[in-house]
Formats: sequence, C-alpha cells, structure tokens
Amino acid sequence: MVKVHLWSGLRTLTGGLECVEVEASTTGQLLAALSLSYPELEPVIESGVSIAIDGRIIATSLTEPVSAENEIFLMQRLKGG
Amino acid sequence: MALDDQKPSGFKFVGTSPDRPDGLDKVTGRARFGADAYAPGMLHGAVVRSPHAHARIVRIDTSKAEALEGVKAVVTRADFVDGLQGEFGFVLENVMAGEKALYDGHAVAAVAASSQLIARDAVKLVEVEYEVLPHVTDVDAAMAENAPVLNDSYADASVPAGHHPNVVRYHDSGHGDVDAGFAEADLVIEDSFKTEATHQGYIEPHACLASLGGDGKGELWCTTQGHWIAQKTCAALVGIDTSQLRVTASEIGGGFGGKTTVFIEPVALALSRKANRPVKIVMTRSEVFRATGPTSSTSMDIKIGMKKDGTITAAQGIFRLQGGAFPGAPMEFSAMCAFAPYSLTNVHQVGYDVISNRPKQAAYRAPGAPMASFAVESVIDELCSQLDLDPIDVRLKNASREGTKASYGPKFERIGLVETLEAAKAHPHYSAPLEPGQGRGISCGFWFNHGGETSVSLALSEDGTCQISVGTPDIGGSRASMALMAAEELGIPYENIRVTIADTATLGYNDVSHGSRVTYASGLATIKAAKDAVGKLCKRAAAKWGIPEDAVYWEDGCAKPSGANAGNFDPMPLAKITKSMGRSGGPISGHFEATPEGAGVSFGTHIVDAEVDPETGKTAVVRYTVIQDAGKAIHPSYVEGQFQGGAAQGIGWALNEEYIYGEDGRLQNSIFLDYRVPVASDLPMIDTVIVEVPNPGHPYGVRGVGETGIVPPLAAIANAVSAAAGVRLRHLPMSPPRILRALKDKG
Amino acid sequence: MKKIHVTTTVNNDNVEFLCDPRETLLDVLRDRLNLTGAKEGCGTGDCGACSVTVDGRLVCSCLVLGAEAEGKKIATVEGIAKGEELHPLQHKFIEYAALQCGICTPGILVAAKSLLEKNPDPTETEVRYWLAGNLCRCTGYDKIIRAVMDTAADMREAS
Repeated sequence: MVKVHLWSGLRTLTGGLECVEVEASTTGQLLAALSLSYPELEPVIESGVSIAIDGRIIATSLTEPVSAENEIFLMQRLKGG
Repeated sequence: MALDDQKPSGFKFVGTSPDRPDGLDKVTGRARFGADAYAPGMLHGAVVRSPHAHARIVRIDTSKAEALEGVKAVVTRADFVDGLQGEFGFVLENVMAGEKALYDGHAVAAVAASSQLIARDAVKLVEVEYEVLPHVTDVDAAMAENAPVLNDSYADASVPAGHHPNVVRYHDSGHGDVDAGFAEADLVIEDSFKTEATHQGYIEPHACLASLGGDGKGELWCTTQGHWIAQKTCAALVGIDTSQLRVTASEIGGGFGGKTTVFIEPVALALSRKANRPVKIVMTRSEVFRATGPTSSTSMDIKIGMKKDGTITAAQGIFRLQGGAFPGAPMEFSAMCAFAPYSLTNVHQVGYDVISNRPKQAAYRAPGAPMASFAVESVIDELCSQLDLDPIDVRLKNASREGTKASYGPKFERIGLVETLEAAKAHPHYSAPLEPGQGRGISCGFWFNHGGETSVSLALSEDGTCQISVGTPDIGGSRASMALMAAEELGIPYENIRVTIADTATLGYNDVSHGSRVTYASGLATIKAAKDAVGKLCKRAAAKWGIPEDAVYWEDGCAKPSGANAGNFDPMPLAKITKSMGRSGGPISGHFEATPEGAGVSFGTHIVDAEVDPETGKTAVVRYTVIQDAGKAIHPSYVEGQFQGGAAQGIGWALNEEYIYGEDGRLQNSIFLDYRVPVASDLPMIDTVIVEVPNPGHPYGVRGVGETGIVPPLAAIANAVSAAAGVRLRHLPMSPPRILRALKDKG
Repeated sequence: MKKIHVTTTVNNDNVEFLCDPRETLLDVLRDRLNLTGAKEGCGTGDCGACSVTVDGRLVCSCLVLGAEAEGKKIATVEGIAKGEELHPLQHKFIEYAALQCGICTPGILVAAKSLLEKNPDPTETEVRYWLAGNLCRCTGYDKIIRAVMDTAADMREAS
C-alpha cells in the first residue's frame, strides 16, 4: 500500500481524509485506485493532476514507479506560460 | 533520471555564448514571422467583434457583407463543430461566440475578402442584433451575491456550497495549525492587496495563413508557442482529423504564454474551407488587447505571523483570481507558489477561480505566481520593517532548502534559494548607499517549471555535419542552446550543427514552448538523441575495426578503442564514419521521444532601488539586480536575457500596465499609447547574477529560466516604492495617480 | 476605390506601384513590394516595429500613406547591409544577444542607425530616449543599449 497525501480541498471528497492508502506500483495505477476507492475524486483526477514523488514533481506521466517508501503528494496539474 | 547520469563538469561548448544560428536572418529582416507569409490566391480575413461586455446574440445578418464585391466567405459559430466539451468547448466558445457575447471584443463572425481593406469594410456590414445583459468585470464584484451570472454550469465539484455561480473552481491546501501559529507570533500583519490585469504584450500580433479543402486536408502557418496544440485544437474545432492538418510554426515575435492557445487560426481555416482559397488573418493591436490573453486580475488577503527574531510562525493567504469569461484562472498556482520560498510549520492557502465579462485569461510567464508573491512579500517586508529586521536575513532564516516540506505539500529536492539570497546579500547593490527620496526593496520568487511531451530527431550528413529537428518554437535563442548541447555530445563544432523547428508532419508530438521547458526538455531530448547517434557511430567504428561494440567509446568527436585490450586503432572522427555511412549500414540518425519528469523548481531573488517623485507620483527604477538559479546556464547571454526580460515585464506590471474597463464594460486602453509597457528610457541597466545549483533531473543540471524572473519584481518594486514613499502600496500598478492618492491619504 | 500610381526609391532601387489611397507605406512595403522586414506591431505609431526612413528622416511607416512615398527616398532594414557585408550594428546585435524573439529588431536597427548618423557619440540616456519609440518586450533593453553604445565606439574608432 502507498500513502497518498491530498491537498486539503479534497477532504470533502474523501470523507474528511487528507491522506489515503491505495494499492499501486505506478502513478497510473495510483490514480486509477484513487478513483475506484474515492469515486468523488474521479472528476478532479480526470481534469488533471500531478504527483510529487519524494519531491520530484511528475506532471503527467502514468508510468513512474511508486512504492510504500515514497512520500507521495497529489497536486493540481502543472502548466506554464 | 539518476544523478550518476549527469555530466559533472568540464564542458567544452556548454556555458559559452556563441552567435545564435538565426542571428543573420533576424538582423536583416529576412526572418519570416506570422504575418510574413503569402500564398497564391490568398484572401484576407477580418473578425466581427462584440462591442458589448455581455449580450445575447439575437440575430446575425451577413447578407449585406456577402453582397460586397470581393467578399468570398462569411462564417459564424454555425461553421464550427457542434457540441464540443471540456477545454476544446471553452476554446471554441472563446474563438467564436455562440449564444452570448461574453466580453467586449468577443468574436461573433468573420469575413474573407480579396483585400484587407475590403475585409474590414465587410466587417462593418455584418449586422448583429444584441440583447444587452448586465455585466461584471471586477473580481470581488463578480463574487458578490447579486452579480450577473455569466454561465451557471461552469462551476466544478471543488466549489463549496454557498458561492456565486461565477466562482467556478476552488483550491484549499496547506498544513499545520495556522491559528496556533499566529498565537505564537510577536507580530501578526493582515492585509489586502489587488492587482490589475496585464497583457503579455508581445510585439507581434497573432497572425496566420490557413488553407483547408473540402477533403478535410489542411495547411496552417501561424505564430504560436506550440504548433502541435494548435494542430490538435484547430482540427477539433473545424472537425477534421488531427493528422490531416499540417501546422508550421513561423518565427515567433514573443509569446510569454499568450500564444499557447488559438484565436484566429480556426477561424481562418473555416473561412478557407468555405471560400476554397487560402486565408490570412492578422490581428490589429486593439484586437490583441481586447480578445487575447490578459492575465487574471486579483484580490488577495494575506496574514503572516512573525517572532521578534524573524521566525515566521504561520502564514495564510486567500487568492481570488478573475480569469475572464471561462474557467482556468491560475489561482492554484498563486496558492501553491505564494509561500514556497519559506519553510513553514503552519500554512494555509485558498484560491478562487472567478469568471467575469473579460477576455479568457491566458498564461503569462509563471501564471498566477507574480501576484501572489507581490502580496506575500509585501507583508514580509512590512513585518521586517516593523520588527527592525534585515529583509535578507529574515528570508535566509526561513528559507526553503533541500528536504524542507514545501508550502504546497511535498519535500523539496536540491534547490538554490539560499544561494540566491546569499549572493544578494554579498552583491554590492545591497550595501550601496541610497539617495534621498529613494527606497530599496527585495523579494524572492518561486516557479515550478515544466517538462512536457518532447520529440527530437537528429541526422548526420556525409560531410560530418549535423541537422537537428526540434518541435519547440524558438522564442529567445533556444536553437543556440540545442546546438551547444549537441556539439557537447557529438564533439563537433557548434557551427557544424543546424537546428530547425520542424512542422507537425515531420516530428512526433511536442508540448508548447512554455513552462520554461524548452532548454530543459528539448535540451534533454537533444542530448539523448545525440547519444543515440553516438551509439550508432561507435557501432560502425567497432564493425570497421572488427572489435566488439562495447569496446568502443566516444570522445572529442571520435570513436576510440576503450583500451589496449580492445586493439590499437587510431581514433576515428565522426566525418570519417559518416562519409561512408550509406555503404556501411545506412544513414545515421538519432531520436528521442519522452515526457521528461524532472524539470526542477527554481527560485530567484531581486534587489531594486526606486525613486518616487512626490509631486507627480512617478516612479523611476534607478537600479535593478536579478539573481536566479539556472541550474546550469547553457548559453549564459540568453539566460541573462531571460532574467532581464522577466524583470522588465515585472517593472511594467508593477508600475504602469493595467486593463482599464469603463462602466460600460468596454476596454478603454486597447493601444500601446494607453497601455504603456516599459520603453528604453523607463529602465536602467539590469544587472544579473546566474546561480548554478544543478537540477538532478537534467543530464547537465539545467533548470528552466524563462518564468521565475517575473515573479519577484512586483513585490521588490512595491517594497522599494513603499520605502521611498513612506507608505505601503497595496494595489498594482503603482501608477502616478495611485501613488499620489497614497501620499495624500498618508497626510 | 481608384488606385494611385506612385514612383519612388526604396533602398536605392527605383520602384513603381499602385496603391489604394487608404494603404499605408507599411502596407505597400510589405504587401506590394515584398519587403516584409518592417513589421506591424500596433498600426498606431506606438511600437516602432515598422520604422523606416523617408528622405533620411526616421518615421513609423504605419503612419505614412503609401501615396506619400511619391518622389521620396525610402530606406528599410533590408537595405542596411551592403551585399554580404553586415552593418556594424547588425554584427553587434548578434554578438551581444541584443535580440530574443527578433520582431522589434528591424525597427530598432533602422532607428539606431539613424541615431548614429546624427550623433556618433551618444550618451546612454540619449540612446535610451532615441529608442523610446521602439518597444521591445523580450530583452529589458539592456543588451540593446550596450550593443548600440559599443557599435558607436567602434565606428568612432574606425573613422
């Protein structure tokens, strides 16, 4: 299981939880598992999120490996100007 | 990417500043920008725009326009795809209004005619009947209970109950307990700030030349930061297959985020299809201001607590961004970047994305960050001033470092904020005496940077030279950076490399030139493509020598046997291998495609001295220093240029530039005379210090440099002006009337 | 509308064209004479991207009518280099990285050349005020000013 920290605005969609655990070994599996366990997160994930793994920000990739040892944060999708 | 993949030091080409490959074209007038393309049989397009801020479109009568001699086609929303959802739906609605015109300047129809003058005449003959509706252009007013509703279906699930339908997205993040933190503080300051909308102000207006046939095959030439996004979006809006539209990016006359989407391109394609002839559209400056990418305007509340020793105990910010008539104001970036320079136990940030009757905001250099930084760094400056603390010492005391839990959640990797602050403190500017009437301000700033989809293709020629195709339009000299990195890997002279911006038909998908990503991502891909080619070169040498492939390595432009055991062979230069490549296995090229995920965040610190004339309220920026972490500067002159350009745009934002709307909801200053960007006589020389703290996510340590430079100036100048004027300025721009009012109110 | 016949000189070449009375000199240069070096950034004389000289006088070609070119001598960015040989300003702009996107560069070169012909030894302030009518959004002007000052110094030394 990997622990995923959510931004606090998502608490209302996870029954108050700001950190949730899901089974996943890649960023793609992680997002799919989040949508499955917390269906209310699905539109947020669909509209675009990034994932920080130990501080490295994964803007869009679904193939980055994740494990229980990583510090994982869900972030709003990054873009630039 | 692991650190052991990084080239440690000893660069031969990287870090030098040779002449740019496209230099001659650009100083002789030969370079072809968006409006410089012509085609046989070409028509000229022009757009009919709403004069109302908010109006129902009752009826459009195009018959008189169509009857004008020379007019070949008129299009309205009916000529585009119906029922698009999501971002494409918003873009189409912005490109051509449907049921309602949502801002002054919103496109409602377009014409194509045999000359520009006839097209403009025809625009006046298109009759549009409007039912004018109540409008709102101010962010706070748009959130208020009785504000006119633009669209009651735009709000997403993030918005808590009880908000006006104009609040379409909501962000809430942070950690710790801010109330407990404020209780620990010796001084808590809470203040409200506003910033007005600004425009990216690229000197080249949007321009394109489109050709689309009834067979669904098209060609598009346009000035854009990203021709693949233009391809994808235009194809969706006019209803053709993406791959059937070939898009070529012209030279681009500035973008800064504003050319990351489409405006006239789908319109020109629709007109071309209808007229069955090529159609060129060039925006006027007024159209650029009225209908393309301004930034959000903002309203912000900041509360920060500090101990007497300068420790920040808690920080809280509310960021309300008006982003025009569609969702997308970058309020989450305001929120996430606002406090990023500081290591905070207790922090809370809230963002509101608010729609109003203004043009759809577009990205502008570090979107959302400069405004938030202005508000936060102003409060920190005020705390330092009231507690009599040195502003750099306070920032150093609280600075984010490697391992700090960022205000937006995760821990930082290796970052260079402290190095920029130390360089600022050591810089002669910081200790130089000030003249009477002058004030000094400093500020830090943060931006994430971006990777994005990237493809690069590299081919070697028989004579040993190299051509590289990249997919990221060159806005500020990136061809030079790509050639330097390829020269470094291949070991051939910089001059022997030609870099071309490939069109969408000749290379795989590339994300836009945005997010400070080009030198990072296209650079990384160029390095990898060169390594791919080097692998093939080594293989050819190995075959020639009859030794195993792994017994050959590449150095200084030559294949070499890796040791005495590999055999005693003279180094084989690249040109010798390529000369016979056709007969020794075929052409040699290198490719790389990926979405690199290691852009590496970046920080900067700016120092500015400003002088305020108490009689006129005019501010002069008398000295300016930019210090920023570039990770590794590939072409230092162009890195300095990015720093200086960011500072100059920030100076404009801080002092002069603003969208001014009248009571009627119409933009009142849609030309450069009235929307005043900094001119040469407004600015001093802009000193730069390049700090290099390598980014672990790039083979040479590159961090993007394009955007961070616009984050600190707003606050740094506000802090300098506030010190000079003896009163805190909380509303940007600090134009002469606002400064005079503040001085008067101070008494 | 009936077109006007105009005879003029552009970069020392004799040229003739027909233009609508409403067409600007900039329109004529770009659309009729294929000289697209001058750029339209604003159309209101505020940005200087269309700078050319008319009988030696620096003007915004978007504020001059095509018909007004009759009998005049027009000089544009395309005429600055002499054959293969670049003007010292052109060399220095490349060397100093005094351009990023390059859209303002033609106008700035025309304006700077005009300055140095009038004042071979300008101060920084004089260069800044002379170029105040030429907007550059990329560079913050720093490298542009340095390139012009250094060109002036080199040209003084050479003369």
